[in-house]
Amino acid sequence: MHPALLGLVTVAIGVSGCIGYFYGANLFLDKVLYPAKGPNAGRNINRANMIRPWVFLFPALCALGLYLAYPVFATLRLSFLERLPGNEYAFVGMENYTKMFAEPKFWEAMRNNVMWLIFVPAASTAFGLLAAQLTDRLRWGSIAKSIIFMPMAISLVGAAVIFKLVYEARPEDVAQIGVLNHLYLNYFGGVEPQQWLQIPFWNNLFLMIVLVWIQTGFAMVILSAALRGIPEETVEAAIVDGANPVQIFFKIKIPQIMSTIVVVWTTITIATLKVFDIVFAMTNGQWETQVLANYMYDKLFRANDWGMGSAAAMIIMLMVTPILWWNVQNARKEMR
Amino acid sequence: MENMAGQKPAVVIALNLSVVLLVFLWIFPTLGLFVSSFRTGDQITSSGWWASLFPAEQILQVRVQDPDEFRVDRGNGVFVVEGNVFAEGLGEPLPIDSWGTSSRALDANQAGDTADLGDGETMTLAEDGSYIWQGNDEQISGRAQRMFITATVPPNFTLDNYGFVLFNPENAEGMAKAFFNTLTVVIPATIIPILIAAFAAYALAWMDFPGRALLIAAVVGLLVVPLQLALIPLLSLHNAVGIGKGYLGVWLAHTGFGLPLAIYLLRNYMVGLPRDIIENAKVDGATDFQIFTKIILPLSFPALASFAIFQFLWTWNDLLVALVFLIDSSGQTTVMTKQLVELLGTRGGDWEILATSAFVSIAVPLVVFFSMQRYLVRGLLAGSVK
Repeated sequence: MHPALLGLVTVAIGVSGCIGYFYGANLFLDKVLYPAKGPNAGRNINRANMIRPWVFLFPALCALGLYLAYPVFATLRLSFLERLPGNEYAFVGMENYTKMFAEPKFWEAMRNNVMWLIFVPAASTAFGLLAAQLTDRLRWGSIAKSIIFMPMAISLVGAAVIFKLVYEARPEDVAQIGVLNHLYLNYFGGVEPQQWLQIPFWNNLFLMIVLVWIQTGFAMVILSAALRGIPEETVEAAIVDGANPVQIFFKIKIPQIMSTIVVVWTTITIATLKVFDIVFAMTNGQWETQVLANYMYDKLFRANDWGMGSAAAMIIMLMVTPILWWNVQNARKEMR
Repeated sequence: MENMAGQKPAVVIALNLSVVLLVFLWIFPTLGLFVSSFRTGDQITSSGWWASLFPAEQILQVRVQDPDEFRVDRGNGVFVVEGNVFAEGLGEPLPIDSWGTSSRALDANQAGDTADLGDGETMTLAEDGSYIWQGNDEQISGRAQRMFITATVPPNFTLDNYGFVLFNPENAEGMAKAFFNTLTVVIPATIIPILIAAFAAYALAWMDFPGRALLIAAVVGLLVVPLQLALIPLLSLHNAVGIGKGYLGVWLAHTGFGLPLAIYLLRNYMVGLPRDIIENAKVDGATDFQIFTKIILPLSFPALASFAIFQFLWTWNDLLVALVFLIDSSGQTTVMTKQLVELLGTRGGDWEILATSAFVSIAVPLVVFFSMQRYLVRGLLAGSVK
């Protein structure tokens, strides 16, 4: 069968299956298992209502458990095992981790990931805040916002292609078609065209710019809503007291949206931690640009070393855990 | 803020200028790719894309017709070769700014001038590109005279790249197949999680049962679990139960990975719906199932739309999940993101192919983005500021 047709059939089966399940299970509960009639009608209704939430939740819990919760433990287990020929595993304790820690490439990935984690959320939030504050006052602000927000819709691979053109370098004697080299040679006194993505250390910056370009729109949208939520009176009072716009921004507005800034920061941090596509498509970790997610992919699918790959995945999980814990705490606080 | 006291005109101008600069910085890279996708390979390598938007001076190099074949004897030992540089291979007639016969003096002459090549040998080039090369028997023989013509080339764009990338059946690296594959991945992977999540979100928002708070906390926690962890365990699982690599596997994976956000977004939205409506319906004897399908679902449309857009963008733009769960060694099920990565490797310098292919993959999300931006923004706000 043609895959597109298969897709449509799947949509039909999936949708009717879901509806059928929910409707059928609900009907079964009310009419067969605990019918709301006869001598035990009252008790039956109560029982049915106790079970119903679980009927509604069952498919979601199955999928969540199988596709997100189970893998965390399975990966943890795999990280202590070594795969032997013939689908056998041997327990090796911490060996995968010690081997990984002995690899310079791992430490390069760690160093780069830390740089990504510092630079990308900071730059995206700062640019987002700037864009939000500046565009809020303009008549054509919403158009400007749309354009800054647009990269959100572009795939990381698409963005990689876009920026490869920006960073493109051509031999010295022909026209430069990458805008960065064009500017560098014509306006910044560059002598010869640079292969921007091959300059160790600094090439990380050129990769990070791609993610900043994408994430700034997100930060801007959220922070712009937060800025609008600031009570007018606080700003007006500051104006009356003679505060200048810079003071108003930093002393009145920023403190009031601090919690939103933190949310934006952590959300971008998580996106940054998992960054894979950009590095995979632009340098594939060469020239000292390796990051953890790509390192892990290398181990899993190129070196076919599941033990070390899983160990690398656990490192990513470990780095996410503080944010996870913090999010859960916040959610629980809210529900009280 | 517009009526704020003390808004000086200079401040307003500076404000406008800085926003213009910011917007320009953000659109410039994408614009480059977009413009490049309408240029031929030669155009792309001969000048930066930003230059292509304006008429450009271009130096064209040409040789006049072979004298031994085309020269005409005018008598008295005078020979001429006549012709037209545009008719002979330069293509469309262009306005000639200047020309020369030596690479050291490219702009020695104007259109209509007659250049003296020494010892009575002359070359005349008219504005329409017709030339007369005149001299004696010895001069008008051997190698044909070279000409360097500086002409103004108007902006020139072509749709050929799109024809090649999308509709050329001989192009093995075309995007048409990948486009349909992506579509095949995306549609089920967007629709199915919505249904599953909607029921779960209703239960978490409006039904009372022990363990509810714990489940909500768990969903929030799962929101940030990196899907990198899921790759190997789930791939082994898929292989063990016989799904292997394929569409079914990628649909299931996307459904699983999309659910936490779906449940979280929808629950947050549903919890905000007015309690009165739901309690009135309950008093009137509606069951939970009826309340959900007749009241909650229609009212939650904005949240459903938000999530649908998120999931659509995420699955359309995904590379990692497709690489791991879908694309096998046959390459028949490749998606556009993977195809682009391949092209970056094999056609790294062919920017007309790369730019066009990239734009084909970007176009659909951009259309969705601009038409549904309202819902996207609403979803973002509901999803993160709580």
